[in-house]
Amino acid sequence: MAGYTPLTNGDRQRMLELLGLGSEEELLETIPDGLRLDRPLAMDDGLPEGEVFERLSGLAAANRPPDSEPSFLGAGMYDHYVPAIVDAITSRSEFLTPYTPYQPEVSQGGLQAMFEFQTAMSELTGLPVSNAGLYEGPSAAAAAAYLALGATGRSRVLVSRGLHPHAREVLRTHAAGFGCEVVEVGLEGGLTDLGALEDAIDGETAVVILQSPNFLGSIEDVEALSAKAREAGALVAVSVDPVTLGILKPPGECGADIAFGEGQPLGNRLDFGGPSFAFFCAREEHLRRMPGRIAGETEDADGRRGFVLALQTREQHIRREKATSNICTSQALNALAATIHLSWLGRSGIVELGTLLARRTAAARERISTLPGFELLHDAPVVREFAVRSVEVPVAELRAGGDPSGPRLRVYPLGRDYPEYEDSFLVALTEKRTPADIDWLVSSLEASAERVRGSEGGAGPRAIPEPAILRRAS
Amino acid sequence: MAEASYPEDLRYHPEHDWARIEGDEAVLGITWYAQDALGEVVFFDPPDVGTEVSKDSPYAEVESVKAVSDVVAPLSGEVTAVNGDLADAPEAINADPYGAGWMVRIRMSDPAEAEALMDAAAYGASLEDGS
Amino acid sequence: MNGPGPATETPQQADRARTIYEKSVPGRRAAQLPEDGGGPSLDELIPSKLLREEPPGLPEVSEPEIVRHYNRLSRRNYDLDTGLYPLGSCTMKYNPRLNERVAALPGYAGLHPASDDGDVQGALELMYLLEGALAEVCGLPHVSLQPSAGSQGELAGLLLTRAYHDDRGRSPGKVLTPDTAHGTNPASVAMAGYEAVKVATDPNGGVDLDDLKAKLDDDVACLMLTNPNTLGLFDENIAEIASLVHEVDGLLYYDGANLNAIMGLARPGDMGFDIVHVNLHKSFSQPHGGGGPGSGPIAVSEAVEPFLPVPRVVRSGSEEDPVFELDHDRPLSIGRLRGFQGNFGVFVRSYAYILSLGGDGLKEASTRAVLNANYLKRRLADGRAGKYLPIGFDRPCMHEFVLSGAPLKKELGLKTLDLAKRLLDHGFHPPTVYFPQLVDEAVMVEPVETESVETLDAFADAIEEILEEAERDPSIAADAPYTTPVRRLDEVRATREPVLRQPVGSSA
Repeated sequence: MAGYTPLTNGDRQRMLELLGLGSEEELLETIPDGLRLDRPLAMDDGLPEGEVFERLSGLAAANRPPDSEPSFLGAGMYDHYVPAIVDAITSRSEFLTPYTPYQPEVSQGGLQAMFEFQTAMSELTGLPVSNAGLYEGPSAAAAAAYLALGATGRSRVLVSRGLHPHAREVLRTHAAGFGCEVVEVGLEGGLTDLGALEDAIDGETAVVILQSPNFLGSIEDVEALSAKAREAGALVAVSVDPVTLGILKPPGECGADIAFGEGQPLGNRLDFGGPSFAFFCAREEHLRRMPGRIAGETEDADGRRGFVLALQTREQHIRREKATSNICTSQALNALAATIHLSWLGRSGIVELGTLLARRTAAARERISTLPGFELLHDAPVVREFAVRSVEVPVAELRAGGDPSGPRLRVYPLGRDYPEYEDSFLVALTEKRTPADIDWLVSSLEASAERVRGSEGGAGPRAIPEPAILRRAS
Repeated sequence: MAEASYPEDLRYHPEHDWARIEGDEAVLGITWYAQDALGEVVFFDPPDVGTEVSKDSPYAEVESVKAVSDVVAPLSGEVTAVNGDLADAPEAINADPYGAGWMVRIRMSDPAEAEALMDAAAYGASLEDGS
Repeated sequence: MNGPGPATETPQQADRARTIYEKSVPGRRAAQLPEDGGGPSLDELIPSKLLREEPPGLPEVSEPEIVRHYNRLSRRNYDLDTGLYPLGSCTMKYNPRLNERVAALPGYAGLHPASDDGDVQGALELMYLLEGALAEVCGLPHVSLQPSAGSQGELAGLLLTRAYHDDRGRSPGKVLTPDTAHGTNPASVAMAGYEAVKVATDPNGGVDLDDLKAKLDDDVACLMLTNPNTLGLFDENIAEIASLVHEVDGLLYYDGANLNAIMGLARPGDMGFDIVHVNLHKSFSQPHGGGGPGSGPIAVSEAVEPFLPVPRVVRSGSEEDPVFELDHDRPLSIGRLRGFQGNFGVFVRSYAYILSLGGDGLKEASTRAVLNANYLKRRLADGRAGKYLPIGFDRPCMHEFVLSGAPLKKELGLKTLDLAKRLLDHGFHPPTVYFPQLVDEAVMVEPVETESVETLDAFADAIEEILEEAERDPSIAADAPYTTPVRRLDEVRATREPVLRQPVGSSA
């Protein structure tokens, strides 16, 4: 048993003597008899470290290996390369093990990192104020709604159907508590339907929440949508993919009041969905309604530059039921990973990455659109993710390499969230997906369709192409 | 203002607010004791002109770095002016709580309410009892 | 021990703060991206009105500079691996490195959250097993791991409360919290659309039963408590409190901030609680990361189970050949609280911790946390600490205790904050200060089970030394700290004239 507890029997004896007690049991008498657990917990006893490692390695091995063949899964979380320096720095105990920086004199490292993070997110989004981070993308949509409801005193939240389905679900969950109405605006040609937005918006609309690129991958015309919202006196909040902001017009220049989003693509591994972080930026006038931690610059008693948690009176530990949010975490370690990744990419790297994704995605989209049995769900402009209709093969029958007994192709079935797109799927790219991987994807789709066509028409199966991952390995 | 002071010409509310009665209007603010307990004020959130305030209810908020406090109305009435200078210089509430640190001016809806407020001597005595 | 020595600058003070943006030099870079092989220009792919005109003002720095910059920053942080972190209500226990190693296994770290259930059987099984372990510790049958942190667990619990009452055709509007509660409780109550109502504390530090009875009526949806409470005291009336709340059809919510006191010793479910949130970053050893990530799973009774967030992990198949799935089809569910399944990386670490300790080890951890707290409390009852920092409520405590610095303020003119800052010069992170607000000039100490008796003694000695110094010259502590990377910071300025980002490029 590894209790990680240093006390020896001798130590305990000495401590109990000082307390004038015979045993630790006497200390526990403060728990009334009927409430003391009178049996051991129904769990195994502790294991040696090596056995814990073996057992957890075994469970990890029960998952299909993430790199067994190329993955084109995205839907909000993306398989980017995480630079080695991210792991090296975030695993330092000085960043890994401190608490929230309540004692700023001994937390300057963490506070300055927050300040640098805020600077980076403000630059990316084109909005002047950033907080130090929130839990993750979809719940940040609820934070945006909470801010807007308070700021406008209105009671309706309009969401584009292009907003991540999880974010829309989270909004509905929170609406019960916020006491607001959530109304969805549909999509037309892969983009938020401007006419439908116009019809739905009214004087009670606090905020219009958009996503760009939206869940189908399309870049929204945020400027045009924002203009409609502003006419009605509503705020505009836009969920953005930070990796695309090297090339896309920042939300702050498109009329958005709030920009937020899932931060995982910046320096954070997939981790089966978490932990990651969200960023949350806004116009200056919303500063005092911002949720979460914010680091600010100041000076110490000797005039040295230093950093503190600023504007703490917004927060729950001071304002209690009137707080701007109940959130206490900034996902500091995850936000630090993003800060390091963004420094590594730098001013030119973030543009190059966006450009690379846009080019590879355009090429892959073009090829798939010409495959028999497949067509684009829409032809709106995209950066790194796009939606494809599989006309002949059910999405669940798309196989890696086209082999009918093979594993499912790693693409995102849209039918999970959009019954109207039951026959469609999302393809997402990162810089890790090479041209050879895209060849393999195209071949797998082609072979899957031909196999179905072949079994219907009686023709024999086509030769299965070699997966790119095997070519890479050899 | 380093030294405690409670001017004789003001009326005081037990929640540490003062009122200076000028005809059917009154100027409101917080007392030396209140600003001292709060510490350096960093933000004042005023009501809008035209807002109805009612005696014993909060009408504004003041903040220091680590605390938020409601400002309670000592009298009822309609806000006719707010001290706009406090937006940029809330520290006036600390430096000069009875002068430049005034918060709002109201037109009293029930001037008789002022009779229930304390004079400086009574307010001073209440602070002695409380501490 | 370093003296006050205001004339001498420590090496960490000499290392002035410059941000990575101020180290930026045009043309420098770190990243080498894959060749993109050329292709059409961006405005051939995307309409130019959607494109950015100027690149974002990210820094231009080389990789060695980035590494040096952040390593230097790291040296300006105090951390748990270097010293004691006795923050009350935060449970700063040792973070085993094994947990980091297993969480980084590619079979976990590389898993995409939108994978087919069939591809992630090991991950789902781990979640299922962790749920089972937490259910056993809490004494409640059903667990959702989804909430991202304790505060989201609280909000989940309150939304569950709302759904539970709605289902019974009731709509009570109030949630009771003790006046000692952490600020997150009322903040969560407000976000869940309830009115927060305070309940008083009795002279023993427990819930004031008379005040509770006076406030309990049909309009009460829930009572939120920690037990042991914020003063570190076990509320002996908990069974009666539970039955009083249940009599008005209210639910009892357990804030798991203090679970580290009772693992294997007593269980919230057995005390009558209906909903519990657990902070995996407190009792179950997830590193705090300087302010996250954490995780706040919730455990609930049978009556509340139908309302748990989606998706839920369900098990089917045979005993030998189980199949795990994410079940989204739960009509009474409050819905989703966040994206995907939760902070899975935290689940791996906490499950590794549970496997390492086992049921016996968890009980031992709590027992030793209680022993350490009582020992340190006793050490601080003597000498000057006993005189200037008396205990707020003198009863045997559980895993933490609260002292009052009121005499220190009255007799030596020093605030609790001054004592805290002077502790930094002694190489200790201070305890939680000014919380709970119920205790004047509060000092809240939680020494946790992973600290040695020598460390506790050294901490008690440091407090004695500071008080002895303060009797001679209180101005030393009043101006502390002296040896830290920066000295006391002007927080008023940071809030009056907020500077929240580095000006760069076009925004400079």
